[in-house]
Amino acid sequence: MSIKDILSPFSAWKKVIKDPVTVKDPFNDRPGAPRYRGFHKNELDKCIGCGACEEICQNAAIDMVPVEGIETVEGDSGLRPMVDYGRCCWCALCVDICSTNSLTLSNEYTWIDSDPDVFRFIPGYDKKEWDNSKLGWTKPKNYDLNTYERVEMKELHPEERDKSFIEFVKGYSKEQAEAEADRCIDCGLCTATCPAHMSIPEYIKAIRNDDMEEGLRIMYETNPLPEICGRICTHKCETVCAIGHKGEPLSIRWLKRYIADQVPESKYKEVLEQGLEITPKSKKVAIIGSGPSGLSAAYYLSRMGYATKIFESLPEAGGMMRYGIPSYRLPYDQIDKDINYILSCGVEIEYNVKIGKDITIEQLEKDYDAVFSGTGLHLGRSTRIPGSEHENVFFATDLLREISLGTEIKVDEKIVVIGGGNVAMDITRSLARLQNQKYGKVDVLATCLEAEDIMPADREEVVEAREEKAIVDPGWGPKDIKIENGKIKGLNVVKCLSVFDDEGRFSPKFDEDKKKFFPAEMVVESIGQGMDLTYIDSIKDKLEFSDRGRIVVNEKYQSSLPWFFVGGDIIKGPDVINGIANGHIAAKGIDEFLNKK
Amino acid sequence: MFSIKEDRSKFPTKKADGTLDIDLDSQKYVKIWQGPNHPGITGNMALELTVSGDEVVQSKTHVGYLYRAFEKLMERRKFIQCFPICIRMCVPEPDINEYLLAASVEELGGIEVPEMAEWLRTLVLEMARVTILLRGVPGQGGTMSLGMGVQWGVYVRDLMLDRFEELTGGRVYHMYIAPGGVRGLLPSGFKDRMEEVLKKVDEFVVDIDNLMFNNAVFKVRTKGVGIIDKDWIDQYSVVGPNARAAGIMRDVRKDYPYLKYDQLDFEPHTETDSDIYARSRVRWHDLQTSVDLIRQIMAKMPEKGEIRAKTPNVLHWKIPKGETYQRIESSRGEYGFYMVTDGSAYPRRINLRGPSYNSAMVLLEKMLVNANISDVSSLMVSLATCPPEIER
Repeated sequence: MSIKDILSPFSAWKKVIKDPVTVKDPFNDRPGAPRYRGFHKNELDKCIGCGACEEICQNAAIDMVPVEGIETVEGDSGLRPMVDYGRCCWCALCVDICSTNSLTLSNEYTWIDSDPDVFRFIPGYDKKEWDNSKLGWTKPKNYDLNTYERVEMKELHPEERDKSFIEFVKGYSKEQAEAEADRCIDCGLCTATCPAHMSIPEYIKAIRNDDMEEGLRIMYETNPLPEICGRICTHKCETVCAIGHKGEPLSIRWLKRYIADQVPESKYKEVLEQGLEITPKSKKVAIIGSGPSGLSAAYYLSRMGYATKIFESLPEAGGMMRYGIPSYRLPYDQIDKDINYILSCGVEIEYNVKIGKDITIEQLEKDYDAVFSGTGLHLGRSTRIPGSEHENVFFATDLLREISLGTEIKVDEKIVVIGGGNVAMDITRSLARLQNQKYGKVDVLATCLEAEDIMPADREEVVEAREEKAIVDPGWGPKDIKIENGKIKGLNVVKCLSVFDDEGRFSPKFDEDKKKFFPAEMVVESIGQGMDLTYIDSIKDKLEFSDRGRIVVNEKYQSSLPWFFVGGDIIKGPDVINGIANGHIAAKGIDEFLNKK
Repeated sequence: MFSIKEDRSKFPTKKADGTLDIDLDSQKYVKIWQGPNHPGITGNMALELTVSGDEVVQSKTHVGYLYRAFEKLMERRKFIQCFPICIRMCVPEPDINEYLLAASVEELGGIEVPEMAEWLRTLVLEMARVTILLRGVPGQGGTMSLGMGVQWGVYVRDLMLDRFEELTGGRVYHMYIAPGGVRGLLPSGFKDRMEEVLKKVDEFVVDIDNLMFNNAVFKVRTKGVGIIDKDWIDQYSVVGPNARAAGIMRDVRKDYPYLKYDQLDFEPHTETDSDIYARSRVRWHDLQTSVDLIRQIMAKMPEKGEIRAKTPNVLHWKIPKGETYQRIESSRGEYGFYMVTDGSAYPRRINLRGPSYNSAMVLLEKMLVNANISDVSSLMVSLATCPPEIER
C-alpha cells in the first residue's frame, strides 16, 4: 500500500471535464449498420414460395401462407413467407438459403405497437416503412449454403458416339447421384409442375438415403416407365426447379434414371409387389396402342384388378418411344425393362393388330367393358412447298420408325432437315450417324423457322447435334425444293423474322430479300406430327371434336362415348410424361366408370 | 485478515455423517439467499448461505433458474440450425460457442475452412474477449460499489459492439461463425475504425489501472482474499485466468493452438498470489493481450479470400458417425464442446464443458466457507462464473 494507492483513484476526476458519451436524442434514429440483421423484406415478384426459408428456420418462425393477388402457377407455389417476430431470432439463415435472393433483412430495428398480432406479418405484402430500405443483411458474397452447379453427366465424346447408336449418356455413379440429390431443397415445385405429379423430392431423398428400392416404389406410384422417363423425359420439373434461380437446376431426369438403373429387372417384382394384394375384377378393358399412355393406363388398371389387353399395330410395344426416339438416347433394352415389368403384371398384349382393320372398334366395345385409346401422332406433316412431293423428300417419323424396325433407309451424302423440334434433332443426329457409317463424313443440315433462342428442341439436343458435326441453321423459312433433271439440288429458304403474331397465333413473317440456298440431295420434313384416326371412323359421329380436330374429353379423359377413353399425344403433349399422366388419370376414370356400370 | 484455511473451532461441528451440525433454532446461524436475482450474481443463480454473524459457515450453490435445454434442442436441429441456438449458452461471450460448434462439425465432417475465414474467426474471438473483459475487469470493482469503472467499460464495450455490428450484422448475438466458414469479409474501412476503438481500450486500461488496481480500498478488499490453493488447481480443474493467477500457465491458445494463434506473438500473463487481486490483474493483462492480438491479426490477415468452404446442402448435411472434443480459450479459460454424431443430419449429443460449472458448483462453495458476507459477490465475480454456461 502506498500513497499512490490513495491518490491514484482521484484521476477519475479528469472525466468531469470530458463530454458525455451518451447522446440525449430521442427523435433521431440511430441507423443500423449496413449489414444489420433487422426487419424482413421480401420482393414478392421475385419470390417463388419454395419454402426454403421455412425449412431452415430453427425457431419455426416462418410459415408459408397464401397471399391475395399471387396465383399458384408453374414454378411458383403462390405462397409467401409470414414471419412471427415472437419467435424470430434474426439469424438470417432464411436470407442465406433463399432460392431467389428475394428475402433480405433491412437495417431497421425499432417497431413499437400495442397490438401483439401485428408482429406476425408477411414481408413485402404487409407494407412496412423499411420495405424500400437499401441497407441491411443480404446473402454474403461467395457464401452459399447449397451447391448451385450441377454434377456433370459423363457422356461419350462426340467422336466416340457419332458413328454408332450406342447410348452416349453414361449415367451417374453413386457418388455423383448422391451429390446431385443433395442439392434438392424439397420445395415440391417440381411435383406440382410434373404432369404425372411424381413425388420427386421423395425419390431424391431415397437417393440421399441410398435406398433405391424405396425410390423405385415411389416412382411407380405415379410413373410405370422410369427407365424411359429417366432418359428422354422433357423434364418440365427442371425448368421450374427452385435451385435454377441461382444456378443450374437439379438433374431430376438423370436422378430418376439412376434409381431405375440400380434395381435389376429381376428384383422388380419383389420390390414393387411387397405386401401388394390385388382383388381381381370381372370387367375387362381394351387398350389401343402401347405407347406411354396405353402402357400407363394398362399398368394402373391391372393394379386395380382389371383384365387388360393392349392391341399394338407394330411388332413391338412402346409406340413412339421405340419407333420415334433413336436408341442412342433411349436404348431398346431399357424400353424392354419397363415394358416387361408391366406385362408381367398380367397385362396382355397382341402385336401386329390394327384396330379398324383387323378388329373393329365396335367389336372392342362388344368384347370389353371399356376402351382406352392412345394411338399417338405417327403421321408426318408436309411443308407443302414446291418440290415437297419429290420421292427423295421424307417424313422424319417414317424414317425414325424404319430405323427402329431395322430397315435400311435411304441416306444421301447431302441432307437437309426442315424442323427445329426434338424429332427434327433426332432425325438429324440419326442421319449424321448413318452418313458417318456410310460415307465417313457428316453433311446434314437442320433448319427451322424459329430463331436459335426460341427453337422448340431441348437446348442440349441442339448442342449435341452440333457436337456430332451436324449443322443447325435456324431462323429460315423453306421456300421451295430445287429440283433439276428429276433430282433434288437443295432447299431455297428466306429469312424468317417472326413465327407468331401478337396474339400468339402461328403466322410467320419473312424477309424475302434475305435468301439462302442449302444444297442437298435428300430432304426430311419434321415440322410436326399428325394423328391417324381412321380406326374410329365408324363411331366418329358419336364423338365430339374440338375446332382443331382433337377428340373432346373430360378431366378423366372420357370421350362423349362413356366407354371410350382417349389419352396420350392425340389429346395432350406431345411427350411421354403427359401420356403417362393422362393414362394414369384415365385408368382412375375407367375404374370409376366401371364401378358405376 | 481472512484466511481460507478452514478454522472450524468457533463454527458448527461435524456430525458423525460428516455434515455440519447447524441448528438454526439456536439463533446462532442465519440462512441468507443471495440470488437468484441479485446485483452481485452475474445471471440467475442462487447461493444459499448459512452465516454466523457476518461470516459464512456454509454455502450451497443452487442453479435451475436458467435452464433452457439448448443441448437437447440442438439434438432436434440440423447442424446449421444449431449455431443461432448455441450462442445463448454464454450470453456475454457468444462467439466461442459459434466457433466450437463450427469446429466440431467441420472436424467430424472433414471440412477444411479457408484461410481467410480462419483469420476472421480469430479476430472475432479476440474481439469477443475484449468485449467481455471490458465488463469483467471493472466488474470486479463493481462488486465493491466501485461502479464508475463499470460505466467506462460499458461505453468502450459499446464501441466494440459497433464494430461487431458492422462486421457481423448483430451487436450481442453475432451469429457470424457458421459451420463451414464465416458470414462476411471485413467492411471497407473497418480496420481504421477498429483502431480507434482499440485506442479507447488502451485509455480504458490505464484509467482502470488508476481507478481500481492502484486503489487502497480495492487492494484491502482483494489482496489475500479468496485464495485458490495451488493444490486445488488440478483437483478442481481450474483453468484459464484463475489458474494463471496461481502461477500455473494454462491457456488453450498456447497449449493446443487452434485457428491462427500459432502465428501470433503473445504471452499470457501469470501472477502468483492466486487471490482476487491477482485474478483481476490477470484479466486486466488479458485485455491488453487481446488488444495487441487484434492489431496483429489485422496486420497479418489477407485482404481478400474465400469465407466459406464447400459443404453439402445445409438442409440435409449429414455428418459421419464420430465424436470429437473441441476446445477454446474463453475469457474464463478452457471451454469445450463434446459432440457425438451418428451419421444423421442431426447431432446425437452436444455437451458443453465450461469453466463456470466447476467454479460455481464446487470451488465457490468451498471458498465461501469462512468468507465475510460482503466478499461473497466479489469472490464469485473473481472466479468469472457465468450462470448461463453452468445450466444451458
